[in-house]
Amino acid sequence: MVKRTAPTEFIVERDEDKCIQCQVCCRMCSNDAHVFEEDLNEVITEHKKCVGCHFCETLCPTGALEVKRSTSETRANANWTKKALTDITKQAETGGILLTGMGCDRPYPIYWDHMLINASQVTNPSIDPLREPMELKTYIGKKPDRIEIVTHLENGKIDPSKVELKTKLSTMLKIETPIMFSAMSYGSISYNACTSLARAAQQSGTLYNTGEGGLHKDLYKYAGNTIVQVASGRFGVHKQYLEAGVAIEIKIGQGAKPGIGGHLPGEKVSEDVSQTRMIPVGSDAISPAPHHDIYSIEDLRQLIYALKEATRYKKPIGVKISAVHNVAPIASGVVRAGADYVVIDGLRGGTGAAPTVIRDNVGIPIELALAVVDARLREEGVRNHASIIAAGGFRNSGDVLKAIALGADAVYIGTSALIAMGCHVCQKCYTGKCNWGIATQDPYLTKRLNPEIGAQRLSNLIRAWSREIKEMLGGMGINSIDSLRGNREQLRAIGLSDTDMKLLGLKPAGEAW
Amino acid sequence: MEYLGGSVLRIDAKGIHYKELNEKINEVVLSGAKDIVLDNINGQRYIGDNLSGSDVKITINGVPGNDLAAFMDGPTIVVNANAQDALCNTMNSGKVVIHGSVGDIAGYAMRGGKLFIKNNVGYRSGIHMKSYKDLFPVIIVGGTTGDFFGEYMAGGMGIVLGLNSDLKKSVVGNYIGTGMHGGVIYLRGNVEDYQLGKEIKKFDLDDNDRAALKKHLSEFAADLNLDLKDIYNDKFVKLIPYTHRPYGKLYAY
Ligand code: SF4
Ligand code: SF4
Repeated sequence: MVKRTAPTEFIVERDEDKCIQCQVCCRMCSNDAHVFEEDLNEVITEHKKCVGCHFCETLCPTGALEVKRSTSETRANANWTKKALTDITKQAETGGILLTGMGCDRPYPIYWDHMLINASQVTNPSIDPLREPMELKTYIGKKPDRIEIVTHLENGKIDPSKVELKTKLSTMLKIETPIMFSAMSYGSISYNACTSLARAAQQSGTLYNTGEGGLHKDLYKYAGNTIVQVASGRFGVHKQYLEAGVAIEIKIGQGAKPGIGGHLPGEKVSEDVSQTRMIPVGSDAISPAPHHDIYSIEDLRQLIYALKEATRYKKPIGVKISAVHNVAPIASGVVRAGADYVVIDGLRGGTGAAPTVIRDNVGIPIELALAVVDARLREEGVRNHASIIAAGGFRNSGDVLKAIALGADAVYIGTSALIAMGCHVCQKCYTGKCNWGIATQDPYLTKRLNPEIGAQRLSNLIRAWSREIKEMLGGMGINSIDSLRGNREQLRAIGLSDTDMKLLGLKPAGEAW
Repeated sequence: MEYLGGSVLRIDAKGIHYKELNEKINEVVLSGAKDIVLDNINGQRYIGDNLSGSDVKITINGVPGNDLAAFMDGPTIVVNANAQDALCNTMNSGKVVIHGSVGDIAGYAMRGGKLFIKNNVGYRSGIHMKSYKDLFPVIIVGGTTGDFFGEYMAGGMGIVLGLNSDLKKSVVGNYIGTGMHGGVIYLRGNVEDYQLGKEIKKFDLDDNDRAALKKHLSEFAADLNLDLKDIYNDKFVKLIPYTHRPYGKLYAY
C-alpha cells in the first residue's frame, strides 16, 4: 500500500517578482519548509512541512511570502472531513495517540459572544475614567465573614484617628488589575518567555505563575510577582521555591486536559530545565494524572495545610481545577478544604501538549463553569472564603469584564499572553520547534524572543485591556471593579436558550432590571 | 507546653494543636535548639514540615500525625512508635527513622534523604521518588509493603526486607514500580512477575548491588538497633526500569 504522508495543510505562496533569494526563510523555518536548491540556484518551498506559524511571512524583507490554507479538498462530507481522514491515517500508520498544543479549536458555542454589557443613561450618570479615579485593584484570598473595628470615644464622639481593625485578616494578594498570567512551566515554554512574563508581571503590578516546572534561579528576583505551583510531579518543589512566591498553587487539573497528567519528553529536559525541575538531564518529567496523595477533599485539605504550615500561614494557597461537569460541588469542596483561591480552567484553556481527543472533547466552557461555581459558593455562604480566578481562552477585555460580572475575582490569561509575544496559535507547541521562540528549548529558536521586548508587549496588552475595562466600567457608572464582581445584572444574554440563561444567571437582552 | 532544662529541649505536646506545636518547634529551631524531644505526641500533623538544619534532631514519643517531615530539608526525626500517612512528602534531605509501622503514601515525591521504617508500610509508598545530583532518596522497609510501591519512581532506592515474614510470600504487594522510569528497588526473597508494573524487570544482584545494600543496611540496622548480620548476602531481587522513556512511543506526531 502507498504510504501516505501527512497531507499538505498550508501553501506558502512566493511572489517570484518580490523574492530576492535572500534565504532568510530558509534559515528561519524550524520545520525546514524553505530550502535553497543549489542546482536550481533558487529557494523552493516544501509546503507539506509548513505548520502555518507565519514566521517566514512576518520576516520576509520584501513581503514575498503569503501563508495560505491548502485548498486541496476531499469530497465534501459533513462526517468524513479532511481532518477526520488525516487523523485516522496518521493513527493507522503509527498506532499512537494524537497530540496537539494550545486550547480546544472546535466550534463549541463561545458564550462570551452571547453576552452583552450594560451602560448607564440618564438615571445613573456614566463616569469618565480619564477624569475620575477608577479602581481596578484586586485582592485575592480569603475575606473575613465580618469586620470588627474598635473605636475610641473622645468627648462622646468617635475619634477618627483611633479606629482600629480588630479582625485579623488573612494574607491576600494585591494586584493592580484583575488580569494575571496563567501557569506556563519552564520546559514547556522557553527561558525568554518565562522572563518576559515575570518582568511584565512586575511592570504591570500583577502576577505570573511558574507552572509545574520549578523556578529558574534567575527569576527569583521577580518573586514578589510570582505564584509557584505544586503539581503531582512536584518538580523543583523545595524549601526556597515554596518560600519564594507570594502564593502557592496546587495544580489538580488543566482545562486543556482534565483528568490526565503531564509529560515533558526527555529531549526537552536540557541542562537548565533539569536544574530548575531538579531531575536529571534527558529524563522524562512525568506528572501522574492525580496527585497520588490526594484521592479526596480531605487529602486535598491535608496538602493545603502542609503548604500553609510550610510557609507559616504567610501565603495564600490556591487550587487549580479544570472545568468539568461536577465543577460546582468540587469547587465547593476545594474551598471548604481551605483553599484561599480556586482557579477554574475552562474547555478552551491552552496547553503545551495534550492528546487531541481530550483537548477537544473533555470539560466544559469557562463561562458556564464560572457561573455555576460562583452561584454555588454564594448559596452555601462560603463565597468570601476564597477568590475565584477564571481561566481558559480570554481573548479581549470584554471577555474579562464579562467574567468578572459573572463572579470571577480575576482572570488568568495564557494564550493571549503568548500571542502578545508572537505566537500564531499554530498548535504545534508539543514539537518543541516553535519558530517564535516560545514553546521551544532550542537555543537557535529561543533567542528570537527578546525578553525585554516580550515584557514590553505583555505590559502593553495588560495596560490596553485595563484601560478598556475602565472605559466600560465608567460607561456603566461604576468606579470600582469590586462593584462589578458577581453583578450579573450588568450582563444580558443574546441568542441563548432558557437553560443556558438559567445556568449563567442572566436575563435576556431586552429585559429590564 | 513546658521546657525542661539541659541541652535537650523537651516539649510536652499533650493536648496541643498542631499549629501551635509546630510554631513552637519552628521557634526553638530558629533560636538554635539542636536536640528536641517531643513527649505525648498524639496525632499532631505536619511535624518537621519544611524544617531545615542538618544538625537538628527531633525525637518523637507518641504517634505523630500525617505529613510528618513534609518538604523537610536536613533534620533527623526519630519516632519511637508508629507513624501515619504521607510521611516525608516531597522531602529534600534529612532522615526519618520509625521504630514501628507507618500508613499509606510514605515518601511521595521524595527527592533526597532517608526514610527507615522498622516494620511495615501501607499502600502507595515511594511513589514518584526522584534523585537529582547529590540528592538521592532511600527508603528502607524492615517489614513488608502494600500495593503500588515505587510507582512512577524516577530515581533513588527502595529496599524491602520482610524481616517479620518467612519470605514464602513476597514482601511487597501488587503493581510494584508501575510507570517506574529511574532508580532501583531491592526486595528480599522473591517477587512474582504478575506483581510488577510492566515498565520494570527483575535482575539478580551483582557486587555493586551487594555493596550498596551493605552500606545502607548497616546504617539502617544501627539506627534501629537491629542485628541484621549478613542479611545483604541473602537472596534479593533487583527491579529496574528498562526504559527511561516509558511513554516515548505513545504518541503520533
Ligand atoms: S512553518 Fe512557519 S516559518 Fe515555516 S514555512 Fe510555514 S509559516 Fe513559514
Ligand atoms: S507557542 Fe509557538 S508552537 Fe505554540 S502555538 Fe504559538 S507559535 Fe505555535
